[in-house]
Amino acid sequence: MEFAELIKTPRADNVVLHRPFHPAVEGTLCLTGHHLIVSSRRQDNAEELWLLHSNIDSIEKRFVGSLGTIVIKCKDLRIIQLDIPGMEECLNIASSIEALSTLDSVTLMYPFFYRPMFEVLEDGWSSFLLEQEFELLSSVTNEWRLSCVNKEFSVCPSYPPVVIVPKCIDDEALRKVALFRQGGRFPVLSYYHKKNGMAMMRSSQPLTGTNGRRCKEDEKLINATLRSGRRGFVIDTRPLNVAQQARAKGGGFEQEVHYPQWRRIHKYIERFNILQESFIKLVEACNDQSHNMDRWLSKLEASNWLTHIKELLTAACLAAQCIDREGASVLVHGSEGTDSTLQVTSLAQIILDPRCRTIRGFEALVVREWLQAGHPFQQRCAQSAYSNSKQKWEAPVFLLFLECVWQIHRQFPCSFEFNEQFLILLFEHAYASQFGTFLGNNENERAKLKLPQKTMSLWSWVNRPEELSRFQNPLYEANSLVIWPSVAPQSLQLWEGVFLRWNRPSRFLEEAEEERINIIKYNKELQAKVNALRRQLAEMETDEEVQEE
Amino acid sequence: QVEQVKLLDRFSTSNKSLTGTLYLTATHLLFIDSSQRETWILHHHIAAVEKLPLTTSGCPLVIQCKNFRIVHFVVPRERDCHDIYNSLLQLSRTAKYEELYAFSYNPKQNESEQVKGWQLIDLAEEYKRMGVPNAYWQLSDANRDYKICETYPRELYVPRTASKPIIVGSSKFRSKGRFPVLSYYHKNKEAAICRCSQPLSGFSARCLEDEHMLQAISKANPSNRYMYVMDTRPKLNAMANRAAGKGYENEDNYSNIRFQFVGIENIHVMRSSLQKLLEVSGTRGLSVNDFLSGLENSGWLRHVKAVLDAAVFLAKAIAVESASVLVHCSDGWDRTSQVCSLGALLLDSYYRTIKGFMVLIEKDWISFGHKFSDRCCQLDGDPKEISPVFTQFLESVWNLTEQFPQAFEYNEAFLLQIHEHVHSCQFGNFLGNCQKEREELKLKEKTYSLWPFLLAEQKKYQNPLYNPDFSPELTLLEPNTVSFNFKFWRNMYHQFDRSMHPRQSMFNLIMSTSEQNKQLEEDIKELEAKIKQRNGQSDVVLVKEQEQTAHPPAVALKTPPCFQKEQPPMPVNDAVRTIEGSNTADNRYSELVSEFSKAEPAVVSLEYGVARMTC
Repeated sequence: MEFAELIKTPRADNVVLHRPFHPAVEGTLCLTGHHLIVSSRRQDNAEELWLLHSNIDSIEKRFVGSLGTIVIKCKDLRIIQLDIPGMEECLNIASSIEALSTLDSVTLMYPFFYRPMFEVLEDGWSSFLLEQEFELLSSVTNEWRLSCVNKEFSVCPSYPPVVIVPKCIDDEALRKVALFRQGGRFPVLSYYHKKNGMAMMRSSQPLTGTNGRRCKEDEKLINATLRSGRRGFVIDTRPLNVAQQARAKGGGFEQEVHYPQWRRIHKYIERFNILQESFIKLVEACNDQSHNMDRWLSKLEASNWLTHIKELLTAACLAAQCIDREGASVLVHGSEGTDSTLQVTSLAQIILDPRCRTIRGFEALVVREWLQAGHPFQQRCAQSAYSNSKQKWEAPVFLLFLECVWQIHRQFPCSFEFNEQFLILLFEHAYASQFGTFLGNNENERAKLKLPQKTMSLWSWVNRPEELSRFQNPLYEANSLVIWPSVAPQSLQLWEGVFLRWNRPSRFLEEAEEERINIIKYNKELQAKVNALRRQLAEMETDEEVQEE
Repeated sequence: QVEQVKLLDRFSTSNKSLTGTLYLTATHLLFIDSSQRETWILHHHIAAVEKLPLTTSGCPLVIQCKNFRIVHFVVPRERDCHDIYNSLLQLSRTAKYEELYAFSYNPKQNESEQVKGWQLIDLAEEYKRMGVPNAYWQLSDANRDYKICETYPRELYVPRTASKPIIVGSSKFRSKGRFPVLSYYHKNKEAAICRCSQPLSGFSARCLEDEHMLQAISKANPSNRYMYVMDTRPKLNAMANRAAGKGYENEDNYSNIRFQFVGIENIHVMRSSLQKLLEVSGTRGLSVNDFLSGLENSGWLRHVKAVLDAAVFLAKAIAVESASVLVHCSDGWDRTSQVCSLGALLLDSYYRTIKGFMVLIEKDWISFGHKFSDRCCQLDGDPKEISPVFTQFLESVWNLTEQFPQAFEYNEAFLLQIHEHVHSCQFGNFLGNCQKEREELKLKEKTYSLWPFLLAEQKKYQNPLYNPDFSPELTLLEPNTVSFNFKFWRNMYHQFDRSMHPRQSMFNLIMSTSEQNKQLEEDIKELEAKIKQRNGQSDVVLVKEQEQTAHPPAVALKTPPCFQKEQPPMPVNDAVRTIEGSNTADNRYSELVSEFSKAEPAVVSLEYGVARMTC
């Protein structure tokens, strides 16, 4: 077993575990292939900490005499400290953790070894198939069809095997369009607005290049979504100059001459390393308790994180506005169409579609608009805010999306079936998980890794009734309306549940949340009881009437 | 009365407006829009009126209110606008107390109710609750006729060992005669919070009586001989005061004291700080970074943190070290009131109840002479005397309620309502600058007390999450004052800017659900009684008759809470006016319901109108 080679010291006694706002715990440290375990056997206070190696973002070690200290910073932003007696043990353990938390091969990851202790009621791998989605769609419109042109992942490696496209466009045309779009990501249906039949599509940038190449099939494809005489909107998530520069590298944008029925709007959304830096700065600011007010506020500002949130929400509102208010179809893309594009299309759906605000609907959205749509989770979430290696492809794109959902949730606390914990859960599992759901960068890779056969899906676990109950929002009342969030800076907040989660005592807030839930629960009980009593009384009355007669 | 007036949305860039009619009454400015919604503005709430340059659609008039409402009217004819402007200027500036609303306000109470209302808060009772007089502390009659200190109340508690000559001597050595007196007594720790003004020490002056006074305070605490003297000013300011013959205590001259500066800025800094904050938050199309840097530059949150930090320091000295603390600033009526009252709030859960909070305000703010009239500009006076010191206190309390959601009996609406009435001049409590002045104005005969009105509708102000057992009596509340805990108080500074608030309020839902639970509990009792009665009753006919008359309609309760959550209490603003019978339409929440159901793209469309899209 290759893990054994990496674990030089599998066990150390008298290790002291420090966590902020918890008393220090002394216990035994064990290293396994995938976990770091600290267990204290004190009778009064038996405690165990299980930490996935893959959750470890970075480690630091230092020594005072023969006492070694390892500081472990996790991808979920938690920081713990282990005091390990014995220099050699400490060094061994540190190097083992380092090796185990940076395994190269995906197939060595925990999901391939994880054996669930629960009975699978529903296999999450087949819970959200595009075919089902299409069935729903075809009950309201017949303008779309399911295409298997990408069955072998040959047309677009980052698309799923089946996609939804306008009915009048055949597979041959799709192949041609794929050649005209970066990475073969031809325009596909992202969302259909039942209310007015408008569609939101997504793609990557068109490969117009400097000499203004055009593709008739591409024009025909996106025009197919327009009502006669109506315009559509292309939302380009790059600023105009970036889009123009992209032409030099063979990319580009839809030019008015060839797409006269489309108006292009450039709504800039930051990408990659800018986001990653912003994330790192924000976490740094949140982790320093010694900042005075001015420093805290200027650090918060300098991180630009909330600016990204505002821009993203604004772009999503814009897309939703085009569809719902203007009655126009929309095409969203940036460059590759795997990051900002997906943020915009998925958030617009949160705003527009009540179904996406249910638990299952939200899961379906994540599967459809992120996993199947080819957001490269493995690259983006390889490292979190404590990483030293600044790889270009790491970025908290998905976290930003989750936070935007949280911001909308804050403004419409009764319109979502899930609670904040559900969003935090997805954040955690996107970065480190026992489940295979977020492994790989697209469906193609997932198929090659045989994830559905070899690993367990997160959804199989989450959708079990006992788990689900933890993620339900007691305030939820289905709301069929479009929900327009406020994007004023005064209306946006720091996502404390993620960024201050480990930095402040949360007991009082948790207890208050419990109390809120209790009030709602109690209300339901009381209502049921009142109704039962009324019924009883009514029955007695009728009985008496019968007797009287 | 002016017709065809437009009310502009403050943050709209698309010039969305409501058209309606503007009325001026003796006490209020009233705007009724085409859909009959009313906006009432009390003249006393108006902080500033501004006429902007004429535009094509008319003459713009901007009214800024002390409760942070800003309304922007456009009056079609310039002459009308000018008239309104002049009238408002006159009406909003009052020269004499007797012209204030409180003197004409008649809530239809009879005289005995009025008297009872004023007796609701009894400070003598409060000192008894704290455990004084006792073996160490006694009531002093030194200031019975306001002879020693005009701005203190008549009844003051001092150490038993502080004789009258000591009191008199000490008062002569303190600015405005505000000598050290008891503000709060912690009976478990036998430690006291005392308050005073700065000593007139200059660079070297001493006063033996004052030194004895402090010694008497420290001796009145059997558990700790040492006492803290907290000067709530920044050290630099205190030192500068020495040149004017004032200053701070020299540790060498006083035995057993530990002297400490805590660095809260003065009223002028606070005034301009809030002004900066409001300028930033009132900007249209504000970016996140401009907001954050504006927040930082205003320094407002830093000041709030400084106030709370000082209160934590004070409370810890008492709860942890059992040490008595003497608090002062310059005159001992602004920062000292903030710190003493917040300290007591952290120490004593009584002040976290609705009644207790009223007592706290009556004691540390009203009776000890916080200059409400000057600070809130009740009369036309020196603008340099205006300062949001009390607002800052309420904000500190709000911060605590955010950190300890279950520790307070009252909710945010209570704080907002108090803030509203500190400025409304509708009730007598906050008029004037000190007790002596209030007595001279005969406020207890001529005006009404706010507290009974708030108590009468306390349902609106109750925190549904409140847990009376949250902390045992007299245990310290220990807030976390790391910077990130302090947030911009949107519900205060944007109280009237509907578009900025969550469209669904979790708080209101919990509030109404909790209210409904109580009703349901009663229903269950009633139903159970009926069933029991029925089981044991043979006289069927009689019961059925009762049944028909007393049966509460079930329908009301069964309506899905989906709609209920939007309606009920957003008590913020209409609370007292409802009693008055004048207006409920000001309740912005009811407006929201319609807006919400219309599903307008409220803010998005305002800021990013499609018309403005660029290609």
